[in-house]
Amino acid sequence: MRITVVGAGPAGLYLGILLKKADAAHEVTILERNAPDATFGWGVVFSEETLGALRDADFPTYLEITDTFARWDSVDIRYRDRLLRSRGHTFSAIARTRLLNILQRRCLELGVTLRFGVEVDDPAALAAEADLLVAADGVNSMVRRAHEAEFGSNVTPQGCKYVWFGTDLVLDAFTFVFRQTEHGLFQVHSYPFDENTSTFIVECPEATWRRAGLDAVDERGSIGFCEALFAEDLAGHRLLSNRSTWLSFPRVRNSSWHHGNIVLLGDAAHTAHFSIGSGTKLAMEDAVSLANSLVRHGNVAAALVDYELERQPVVERFQQAAGDSAGYFERVGAYTRLGPIQFAFNLLTRSGRISHANLAVRDPEFVRVLDTWFTDDALGRPPLPALTPPPAFAPLRIGNLVLPNRIVRAARDGDLSSAARGGAGLVLTGLVTVSQDGRTEPDCPTLCADRDVERWRGPVAEAHAAGALAGVRLGHAGRRGAARPARHGVDLPLGADGWPLLAASALPYLSRSAVPKEADADDLARLRADFASAAARAAEAGFDVLELDLAHGHLLAGFLSPLTNRREDEYGGDAAGRLRFPIEVLREVRAVWPSDRLLAVRLTVTDWARGGLTVSDGVAVARELMAAGAELIHVEAGQTVAESRPQYRRGFLTGLSDRVRAQAAVPTLVGGYLTTQDEVNTIVAAGRGDLCLVELAETDLDRAAVG
Amino acid sequence: MLVGIGLPNTTPGADGALLLDWARRADAGPFSTLAVLDRLVYDSVEPFTALAAAAAVTSRIGLATMIAIGPLRSAALLAKQAESVQTISSGRLTLGLGVGARLDDYEAAEVSHRDRGARLSDQLAHLRDPARPPLELLVGGGSGATFARMARYADGYAHGGGPPRAFASAAARASAAWHDLGRPGRPLLWGQGYFGLGDPDRGTAYLRDYYDFLGPFADRIAAGNLTTGHAIRDYVRGYAAAGCDVLILLPTVSDLAEVDRLAEVIG
Repeated sequence: MRITVVGAGPAGLYLGILLKKADAAHEVTILERNAPDATFGWGVVFSEETLGALRDADFPTYLEITDTFARWDSVDIRYRDRLLRSRGHTFSAIARTRLLNILQRRCLELGVTLRFGVEVDDPAALAAEADLLVAADGVNSMVRRAHEAEFGSNVTPQGCKYVWFGTDLVLDAFTFVFRQTEHGLFQVHSYPFDENTSTFIVECPEATWRRAGLDAVDERGSIGFCEALFAEDLAGHRLLSNRSTWLSFPRVRNSSWHHGNIVLLGDAAHTAHFSIGSGTKLAMEDAVSLANSLVRHGNVAAALVDYELERQPVVERFQQAAGDSAGYFERVGAYTRLGPIQFAFNLLTRSGRISHANLAVRDPEFVRVLDTWFTDDALGRPPLPALTPPPAFAPLRIGNLVLPNRIVRAARDGDLSSAARGGAGLVLTGLVTVSQDGRTEPDCPTLCADRDVERWRGPVAEAHAAGALAGVRLGHAGRRGAARPARHGVDLPLGADGWPLLAASALPYLSRSAVPKEADADDLARLRADFASAAARAAEAGFDVLELDLAHGHLLAGFLSPLTNRREDEYGGDAAGRLRFPIEVLREVRAVWPSDRLLAVRLTVTDWARGGLTVSDGVAVARELMAAGAELIHVEAGQTVAESRPQYRRGFLTGLSDRVRAQAAVPTLVGGYLTTQDEVNTIVAAGRGDLCLVELAETDLDRAAVG
Repeated sequence: MLVGIGLPNTTPGADGALLLDWARRADAGPFSTLAVLDRLVYDSVEPFTALAAAAAVTSRIGLATMIAIGPLRSAALLAKQAESVQTISSGRLTLGLGVGARLDDYEAAEVSHRDRGARLSDQLAHLRDPARPPLELLVGGGSGATFARMARYADGYAHGGGPPRAFASAAARASAAWHDLGRPGRPLLWGQGYFGLGDPDRGTAYLRDYYDFLGPFADRIAAGNLTTGHAIRDYVRGYAAAGCDVLILLPTVSDLAEVDRLAEVIG
């Protein structure tokens, strides 16, 4: 087979080696624009897992590569003049030039033709002359750009502005450094890659970069700035430049990785943000997979499909993690109010690949310190060493109320006691409405008459007896009212058996729903009074927590969103106008709700719909609600309008809770399909939320309780 | 987990006699369900017509659309077609609906493609009208909007096929949506896969042709064709472990002997 490879980076060279090894009769030619000794970048990182794949694929290069490796098993985090070390993260690194030399020599030894200084300008002609044309020409792949439409290419900048330096400081761990400046937070990702040198990447958000004037300085100027900023961390060592300029990381995606007999490999096909250190690993694994597929099929078309089928799901997972990681480093300035150990844990768990349970295996000592700090922080005194609970079972004090642990469960049909039996610290009712016309469905419970108080006393007492606090979600369904029971679906109108609906504006929820009446001044006055009396009844029934419902398109949430509030009076219009009525209600409730109990707001922080509230709006609203007397935000999203673009997956609200908690500096309750204690431990210990709503009947708590 | 079989209503070369024999044989075999696909601009038999015919020659087996492209029909016509099959089959229908993936089906039906999601939602609301007879509804698709629509109106989710791991991830999204919308219990989870045991090359060629509009992705679907008993058993085990309730194995070769071959593998 005649195979032409464009690009002599690690992916292209490694593919050449593997193909030639598989069949010496293959004619493999690698074309490279630069000279053989041209160097870009400093060191590259590999995990143990990758090394295993390299050992199996080609033992001689594996030996040479690992012989020159820098290895470490620690991550150091320099933050607020503290050095935190986490162990058990095995990594290796090698100078990129060294790696290329090893691969080039092996190529020559096996008879791969290497041609340097060759500019490719007509990929179609190359493809026509070969059985297979491999585009291994990197992130700016010329071959890919020649067939952008066929590959479905998408290149988008991702994360911070960054600059890639070397340094003659030799580190003994992967080291993150965070330095606060008057312009904003800067951070460093650095790691050793040989006996004399370390990679030293500096990054900051673009706004910070501009404020610091770095858009206007030359290479020398930016070295000077970084050397001064990180003088203490560099300990007298220099930063080394290698055409080191500030860049934006391009995230590359392609919906198809092959077109005819052309195939994309490595960065040409996909990139993963450098903050998860996986670019070279993915590229070399691509080479292994493509070579294996060609051996397996012997037929180019089938092999390319197989290669793509095998690699795309793997790469998608890394790109998801890389996106989370890049987003984390863009926002990390908002986490600087976290204490050092929590900050470190938040950093280590940023991409979702490490959880509390994983880290407890890798580095039990770190997790012991973390858990002790967490409970200490929660109790205000250190726990007894033998009695340090996992973070999910640490208590939480908010205002005058102490919740026994971080696990919250929702009760079905008002059955608070079975929800409490699983060991939850707080059990919440479903929606309990302040008036009859606010019910979602005929059987929806209410707190609109004094006899309703009696209905709740028993369940509240049972929750207390089971060791849990009891919370009530108080609200008004608004235009989502008068629906049939949820057994066959939600929001399905009752029709003739329904009752008149009330909402911020006269817009039906579904096209077949009844049109609600736009609440007039009298309605608003009645609603304020209804919320206040229902809150007083909730207190009388013994509830410890009142959660005011400003979520999921119900009445109060309907005022917040521009999609559902078209009012022309003082309760509509700009953000302040749309927030006015919910704040008035919150103040009424605050006035009657006992100060030694907890007042929370359940808030849709983004509508997930075009023209609706975004998470920045949600953060601003959360701040206003806290200023008006709320003490906890229960983070929800979507359902403002029926046709929207929600982002469902396990833990789909965790990222939103993280942003609201960090940027509005408020305690949060978060659900979003959490089903394991490990998820709860990770979320609360990393400071992404304070309480977690876990799903009934699917938690490991239940299994523990049953078993 | 139950295992069902597809009726080859979109496989070229399947005539009326074959479809009826196929249905009879499936009814006599170890299959829970007989399912059809829906495609307007392709050599195929209309799904409700195919199910009505199958209903007439079977007595036990469940009947399902996996999926029917709802918005190609008006809400009232769709309900009429589905309820007619339900009546003829004495209540054996499961109606899976989606928006489909082909623009040319919409053009041929002369209906708008742009608001297909909202139209499907409205059809589901129409089917759920309390005045209408109850019907088991599934929704298929992969977008966030699809999962919300499924959880709001339907009884479960119809996955579009792929390795068990892809099914598991979609199933988690379906469950997340279900809880988010406050539905009690859990969604029914239906999966599917293609098989071709007797003449794998013919089956794979059919998949390439059927999915030609997807470009290179058609090759990936074709590569997933299950062509050995071993591959089918692995797939079935993987889906069962991922929490699938009903797995439909769709034929790629319209040869009656395929029903027996599959029955032997899974029986």
